[in-house]
Amino acid sequence: MDNMVSQLQGIPLQHYLIFCSTIFAIGVIGVLTRRNVIIIMMSIELMLNAVNLLLAAFSAHHADPAGQVFVFFIMALAAAEVAVGLAIVIMVYRNTKSLDIDSLTKLRF
Amino acid sequence: MNELIWIVPLLPLLGFVFIGALRNYLPHWLVSLVGCGTVLAAFIASVALFSNVYSARMVGGTGEITQELFTWISVSDFQVSFRFLVDPLSAIMLLIVTGIGFLIHLYSTSYMHKDPGFAKFFSYLNLFIFFMLLLVLGSNYLVMFIGWEGVGLCSYLLIGFWYKNTNYAKAAKKAFVMNRIGDLGFLIALFFMIAHFGTLEFAGVLGQAKLMVSGDSTLLIITLLLFVAATGKSAQIPLFTWLPDAMAGPTPVSALIHAATMVTAGIYMIARSNIMFTLSPITMQVIAIIGVATAVVAAFIALTQNDIKKVLAYSTVSQLGYMFLGLGVGAFTGAFFHVLTHAFFKALLFLGAGSVIHAMSDEQDMRKMGGLRKALPVTFATMLIGTIAIAGIPPFAGFFSKDEILAYAFVENPLFWVLGLAGALMTAFYMFRLLFMTFSGSFRGTESQKSHLHESPWPMTAALIVLAMLSVIGGALNVPEALHGHHWLANFLSPVFADSTALSVPFSLDHTTEYLLMAVSTVAAIAMAAIAYRRYVKSTPRAEKAEQDRGLLYKLSYHKLYVDETYELLITKPLNGLASTFKKADVKLVDGLVNGVGKVFLSAGNGIRHLQTGHVSFYIFMMVLGVAGIMLYGFIAQLIER
Repeated sequence: MDNMVSQLQGIPLQHYLIFCSTIFAIGVIGVLTRRNVIIIMMSIELMLNAVNLLLAAFSAHHADPAGQVFVFFIMALAAAEVAVGLAIVIMVYRNTKSLDIDSLTKLRF
Repeated sequence: MNELIWIVPLLPLLGFVFIGALRNYLPHWLVSLVGCGTVLAAFIASVALFSNVYSARMVGGTGEITQELFTWISVSDFQVSFRFLVDPLSAIMLLIVTGIGFLIHLYSTSYMHKDPGFAKFFSYLNLFIFFMLLLVLGSNYLVMFIGWEGVGLCSYLLIGFWYKNTNYAKAAKKAFVMNRIGDLGFLIALFFMIAHFGTLEFAGVLGQAKLMVSGDSTLLIITLLLFVAATGKSAQIPLFTWLPDAMAGPTPVSALIHAATMVTAGIYMIARSNIMFTLSPITMQVIAIIGVATAVVAAFIALTQNDIKKVLAYSTVSQLGYMFLGLGVGAFTGAFFHVLTHAFFKALLFLGAGSVIHAMSDEQDMRKMGGLRKALPVTFATMLIGTIAIAGIPPFAGFFSKDEILAYAFVENPLFWVLGLAGALMTAFYMFRLLFMTFSGSFRGTESQKSHLHESPWPMTAALIVLAMLSVIGGALNVPEALHGHHWLANFLSPVFADSTALSVPFSLDHTTEYLLMAVSTVAAIAMAAIAYRRYVKSTPRAEKAEQDRGLLYKLSYHKLYVDETYELLITKPLNGLASTFKKADVKLVDGLVNGVGKVFLSAGNGIRHLQTGHVSFYIFMMVLGVAGIMLYGFIAQLIER
């Protein structure tokens, strides 16, 4: 384990930061531009994973396990959220026969 | 009996509650029994109280009995207790209120017999008697003030008794509002007393007041304010126009409230506070001037009125003016004596007029009467006695009381005497005019009225006869020394006015002058009666002509000196104008502002609501924009911090 931690610490933090920011930005752009609900959910997962990775990286660099505990929490929450989200998506599909998120504008005004 | 003063006002109150609560279920005879019975019982109790006071006076005491029921208000060192006081002054008022009150109750059982509001009428009358007794019995100004307001309320209720007639309701409103103006004066006077004397008890206030110097400014303010209150309640210039309008109420009400009792409350109150007034010479002058002016003006208006009750109403205003003249020249006993005799003969005259109206099927215009003497012999005889009494012809009651006031006025200022005499002459004229127009000559009404003419039933004539007897002998209560009398009333009342008597110059007029004054007024009164006789009986055709002879003076008198019109122009119209201006300001300015603010937010919400498109991507875009904005803000804030 010590070996693995020291290996991780060998990679400079900037690399993690740039990589995670890129993935996070891809997620944001995905949410903003795509209209398919499934893809939007996947983009949200991307953002969550970017943050998770960053937390793990910081945790390793500071030799503080608290960050990794957060990662586990986020993964558990993401799993629960996706379960609820997919249920909603299925209901939406049954009602509209479409996965286009903009088809749900009945509740405006 | 002395421990049971509270029972006197309680009886009529119980009568009011009983009749008022069960007014829709009680038969007429039970209402009559309870209504009259409670007042009769109160009268008997009053007689017992009076005899106690009287026997105390006979052995040289002051005759004061007080009874404290409970402490009413207690704030730090300021105390007001609910206390009753019976002394010679209130003992006599008790007799007037309950005695004449009972007679008028008795009269009403017959007069109001056919009225659908029979029980309501009696409950109001009983309530009035209750409040009047509180006014009379209170041993401090606050209890007096409750009674004062209460009788005003009953007056309002009873003037507007036939409230379905708009004019009657208006008359009631007018009386109420005009009385409120006066009551404001009373209230402010009370506050001055609390501020200055720290108490409202008569004993405390008057005891402290008598140690003050004559002309003290505090006393001047208090007495002037109390007089304002008296002008409202007792219908003096400038607040007298409500009393003639008050004749809209049933006639027994006019007799009881608007002639015999409530309207004399102002005189009672001033007589009660006499020491404060004696120490304020300016107020005394004001009272005398207002009094004599009212006496003359009202008598002048009464000369040409054709409504039988209106004549009597103006006559009441005029007689009240005499009472105030008496107070103003320091003849406290004389003024109170006139209250007493006036209660007898004016109640008699009103009830007589009621009897006439009853016989004439609710006709009040004297031009349509005439020749009623044969059909209504008892009414005629008693009315004749009342007329002689009020005209001031000896030896009936009015002569003694009026002459005592005039004699004091002569000593104070001969001009008052001259004006007072002029008023007395007019009184004699219009009263005999009323008598002759109603009872002499030929009948001028319709045929159906003529066939209906009848003497009133016994409860009405009985009341008339008792009052007529009192009007005949009432003057004997206070026969002046010049006529070998003993001033019984003056001696009886002397403890009440003792402090004032000690301060003022003793009344002195040599007997020759006094005889002369009496002779002048008597002869003049008889002469006026003769002129009225010539004008309205001897030459009936001329009577019609006289009514059409409309000179300037006649017109002024007939139109009541245009006082109501003047008030309308000077006070009512500007106030109404002001009120409508304020209404406009309220509707346009205030409401506009408040509604405007509401409208701004409403339309803002209307506009912003369109942001709610339902497009999820748009929401997320805004969210991202918001997050970016917050981050930017944090970044800039950090830069600035560095």
